[in-house]
This record gives sequence, structure tokens and C-alpha cells, in this order.
Amino acid sequence: MNSVPAVDQYPGVEPLRPWAVTRSTRLKNLSRLAVFAFVAFLVTIITPLAKFDGWAVAFLLINVAWVVGQNSRLGAKERRDAVLRVVFTSLAVVAFVPWLSIFVTVLLKGYRAIYPGYFFSDMRTSTPEDEFNIGGAGHAIVGSLIMVAIATVITLPLGILSGIYLTEVRGRMTFLVRFIVQSMAGVPSVVAGLFIFTTVVQPMGKYSGMAGGLALAVLMLPTVSRTAEEVLKLVPDDLRSAGYALGARQWRTAIMVVLPTVKSGLITAGILGIARVIGETAPLLLTSLNTNGFVWNPAGGTVASLPTYIFSMFMYGTEYSAARAWTGSLVLLVLVFGFFTLARRLGATAAQTAKTDSRKARNLKKKS
Amino acid sequence: MVVVYSRADKIFRRIVTAGALTSLMLLGLIAAFLIFRSWDTFSQFGFKFITGSEWFSAGEDPLGGATTALVEAQDASVFSIGPMIVGSLVVALIAMFLAVPLSVGGALYIEFYAPKGIYRVLVTLLDLAAAIPSLIFGLWGIQIFTPIGVRWATLLNDRLGFIPIFSVEFENFARSPFVAGCVLAALVVPITTSVAREVYSRTPRDLIDTCFALGGTKWGAIRSVVIPYGKSGVIAGAMLGLGRALGETVAIYLMLNLVFDYSNEILDSAGGNVASMIALKFGEATDKEISALIAAGLVLFVITLIVNMIASSIVQRSTPRA
Repeated sequence: MNSVPAVDQYPGVEPLRPWAVTRSTRLKNLSRLAVFAFVAFLVTIITPLAKFDGWAVAFLLINVAWVVGQNSRLGAKERRDAVLRVVFTSLAVVAFVPWLSIFVTVLLKGYRAIYPGYFFSDMRTSTPEDEFNIGGAGHAIVGSLIMVAIATVITLPLGILSGIYLTEVRGRMTFLVRFIVQSMAGVPSVVAGLFIFTTVVQPMGKYSGMAGGLALAVLMLPTVSRTAEEVLKLVPDDLRSAGYALGARQWRTAIMVVLPTVKSGLITAGILGIARVIGETAPLLLTSLNTNGFVWNPAGGTVASLPTYIFSMFMYGTEYSAARAWTGSLVLLVLVFGFFTLARRLGATAAQTAKTDSRKARNLKKKS
Repeated sequence: MVVVYSRADKIFRRIVTAGALTSLMLLGLIAAFLIFRSWDTFSQFGFKFITGSEWFSAGEDPLGGATTALVEAQDASVFSIGPMIVGSLVVALIAMFLAVPLSVGGALYIEFYAPKGIYRVLVTLLDLAAAIPSLIFGLWGIQIFTPIGVRWATLLNDRLGFIPIFSVEFENFARSPFVAGCVLAALVVPITTSVAREVYSRTPRDLIDTCFALGGTKWGAIRSVVIPYGKSGVIAGAMLGLGRALGETVAIYLMLNLVFDYSNEILDSAGGNVASMIALKFGEATDKEISALIAAGLVLFVITLIVNMIASSIVQRSTPRA
């Protein structure tokens, strides 16, 4: 609203913006909100509305009332517009509050049991109730990483192949493959666990890290395939034409021109898949269970993993074990977000193309 | 254009096709194995497995050896998951009832109201939230949200108790479908919001400009252009969220008190859920019970697959337009 679109085309030229929000207006707005917040606090004291959620409701109602009063001279249409602005803003706030609360909770509750040994020791010689300076989740982290590695080794090639199929080969089953991949993304994680239990765990007669990795692979494949397809779609057709013009066959163009162009994007696909499955608990409860020590052999019986470690610590039910569970959650969350950020960083080429999209979106916002 | 493929090309195409068909085969394999392993259960209980409300198992350890006496004792077992299916639907619907308005409002705010500076931050936060493992939602739900949810439930019961679904026999609101549904809503919102936001961001600029040119307000433009344009996308997003909500396991496992009985009190501390029942019963299940659990998994698989196929067919139909 406060700038003219298409200005980007003439760098260095800045039009006057008499309608822009000045500092004093912003200050006025902020102080108004502060006053409302305080009034809402008073409301929670005298009325049945209580605690933070009650305060939020009071705050919202006061804001709506103010907006209605402010715009009463402008007519019904403007008033509705202003009220809905407040409503959408508060819906967005309500949607974001739980996630922020989760981030804060995991940080506040999770840092207690952290010490360097947490990452290197296992729980063989300590119980969940011990002081925080012995025992740790090293075995769970190792187990998780091994299983995720197994899943990645399986799904990355398959995902890339299905991406190539959808963008390069474009066979008769393109529609079907895309449809199935999208539907597969919704397979409940517990069903993937059951599937691997019946096909791997029962015939082998024991739970294993291999089984856990395979269960994760089932869940990871759709994410990897879809991201790989999206990434491969970004390769300009000019590059393919150039390949053909130089006399390369399709397979050579695909392998030596198209794939190298989006190498980082394909790695991104793998990492996004990892971030998607590393926190999966249900399938691991059915395939790899949990154990107290380091297990390096994926075929050697039950393996601990971060999610099952957190789960069992939490179900143990004492204050100390719950604290360990929260610390495990902190580690898990850091891993997930770490992979996520890594994927974003590596997806630089993809982002380059996406930038044009987001600029379009921003222009759209400016105008509206 | 006539394309001539060399022999190497043909091999390449065949390999790629084989790779792409793995996901198809995988889906088929999952269905086949689930059907194969649950055959006993379905042939014994038939349709009653879905409608009945009794789960009783007598027997032994799945991986240990079974004695003849124990195997015979298993014949007394009865398995059916009626209340669990209904419970899954109830919790998922509560979650969607809360999540859809939040997602639509949140997506509209991010796309059309959020200041330029925080737009990026919000979109990143949205992506990160979608990546939070459901286990952590479960922990958060138990330790942080339950007191708040119980307060809301008490309030609902207090003021709206005359409506049958809000009445309870005993005032125990923790681990009820309502509280579990609230946590599930928090879990589903990132998914539905990011789909809705994406759809809204593709609204043709010209149409919105037309609204403003005709003297419309921002809400006018949203109501007459953005919302109709994004309707099918938002429905697809909601279906994806519903599929997720139906299949969610650990968060519900932690948040819901499983009871094998039909109940129409969503505030009462008793509910059902297929996915978390599988996880709950799996630990000490007998051979026959495992077959029944796999049958339950098959039912869940079919339900979520239908929901997701509807969602992805809506997505595929609406994509070319954008």
C-alpha cells in the first residue's frame, strides 16, 4: 500500500510517499495497542475471562470495538474492511502462538539435562532418574542417524528417478505416477510401520535398525520424489535444447546437463526428506523399538532412536526422565531445523528462480 | 515433432520408468501385504470387524514360542474397531473445525495484510512449524496445553452443557477428544495454512486490481476474487490436513484416553483412535491380535488413501489453471 509497484525497474528513483506511515503515527499506534493491552488485563481481573487466553479475547474485542468506533463515519463497507483486518490478524496470531509456545517450551525445558556427555554416552549404566551429569542420548542420536542414512540411500536414487521420469522421460504414466506419489505422502506413519513389520521384522524374527530405516524410507519417498520433480522442473528448456543441438542423446542430456544443473536442488530434496522423517515415532515403535546402548549394526536387533528415546523417557513418568525427554526433543528439533536450514541454503539455485516468483508476490502485496 | 530414441536412450528410459514405478509398486505392495496379513481377521469377523465394539485378546507373545493351549485359548478372542473409527473421525473433525478458519485467516493475513518486513519471517516460520515432529506436539500438549484445554472444556461444559455433545457424566476433561483435537489442530494448521497461502499467492493480479479500480476495499477484493479463486486449493489443503489428522499416531497416543466404547461426549476423558490404538496394543499383542491390528491398519490406510486421493485429484485439476 505504501509504495508504487514497478519502481524496481528504475533503481535510484524514489518517488515521494506522502501517504507513508510516519514515525509519530507508528508511535501512536504502538502506544494505543499498549493501552488496549493494559485495559484487557484489567478486564481479566474483573470478568470471568482469565489467564492469557482470556486476555487475548478481551484484547481482540477491544480492538474490534475501537476499529468500529474509528470508522463509524466512513460507512459500512470501510468498517467491515477494518474489522476483518483485525480478525485476520488475530487468526494469524492464534495460529502462530502454539508453535512459538512449542519452541519456547522445548528450549526452556530442554536445556536442563544438557551436558557434553549427553551426546556421547548411553543409558546402559544410568537410569532415567539419575542426575543429569551421567547418561545421555548418544546411542539414540547414532541410531537415528543410521536409520535415516539407510532411508536416504534407498529413497534418494528412487526419488530422483521418478523426478526424471516426470520431467524428462514424460512417459504414458506421468499422470498416474504424480497422482500416486501425492497420495502416498498421506500414508499414515503407523501403517508404514505395520507394512515393514509384516515384510521385514516378522520374517527376520527380530526388530532391527534396517527395518526402521526401511519404514522411514516408505515415508520419505514421496517427499523426495516431489521435491526432485519441482527442482527438475526449474531447468530451462534452453539447456536441454542446447544439449540436443550439440548432438547429445536424451540420456546424455539428462545425466550430463540437466542433473548437474540442479545438483544442489536434488541434495535439497534428500535433506527435506530427512527433516520430514527424522522425528517419526510410530513406525519405529513397530520396527526398531528402543534399547539402552549403542548399536552400530543395523541388522543386530533393537536400536534406539531419538524419537523412541524421547517417547520412552516421557512415558517413564518421573520429573528427571521427563527432563531428559525434553532435552531429547531439543536435540531433535535442532536437528530438524538444522537440516531444514541446510536444505534452504543448498537450494540456492532453486531459490534464484523462485525469487522471481516471490517478487511477483511482493508486488502483488504492495498494490493491494 | 518426431523423436527418434537411440538404443542407449531406450535403456535409459526403461531404467527411469522402472524407478518411477517403484512408488506405484510400493503402494500396491503395502495394500497387498496388509490385505494378506489381515485376511484371517476379516474372514473370521467379516464386516463386524468395522461395526462391532469389542476388543478382547487371550494369548501369547508375537515373537516368542506359542504353546498349543495358548493358541487354542486365542480362539476366544474378539476383535472389532467400530468405536476407534468413529473416534478417529470425531477427533479429526474437531481438529479441522478449528484448523480451517485459522488456516484461511492466517494465510490471508500473511499474503495480504502482513507488513513487508515480517512476510518472509512468517513464511519461514510456517515452513519450520510444518517440520516440528508430532511427538513434540504430543509432549507440548500434555505438559503445556492440557491445563488450558481443560479450562476451555470446563467453560464449554459450564455454559453450553445443555447441548448434548458438550454434556458430560463425570467432570474429567483431561485426555478428552476435545483437548486432543485442539492439539491436533495446532499440528494440522501449518499444513493447511501453507497450502492455502500458496494458492492465494497465485491469484491473478489483474482480477484484484479490477476490484480496486471499481472502488472495492481490500476485503471486497478478497471476498469476490481471492476466496473464490482459491476455494478448490483450500479444500485440497483441508483434505490433506484431514488425512494427516486421521493418521496421526503419537500425539493422539499421548493426548487421548482410549476407551473401547461409543461415546457422544467430546469433553469426556474417553475417546477412540485407530492409529494410536495400533501403537498402544502392539507392544504385547498375540499373533491373532497382530493380524487384527494389521486389519485396523488396512482400514486406516484405505480411509486416508481415499481422503488423500480426493485431495490430490483436486490439486491436479486446479494446478494447470494457475
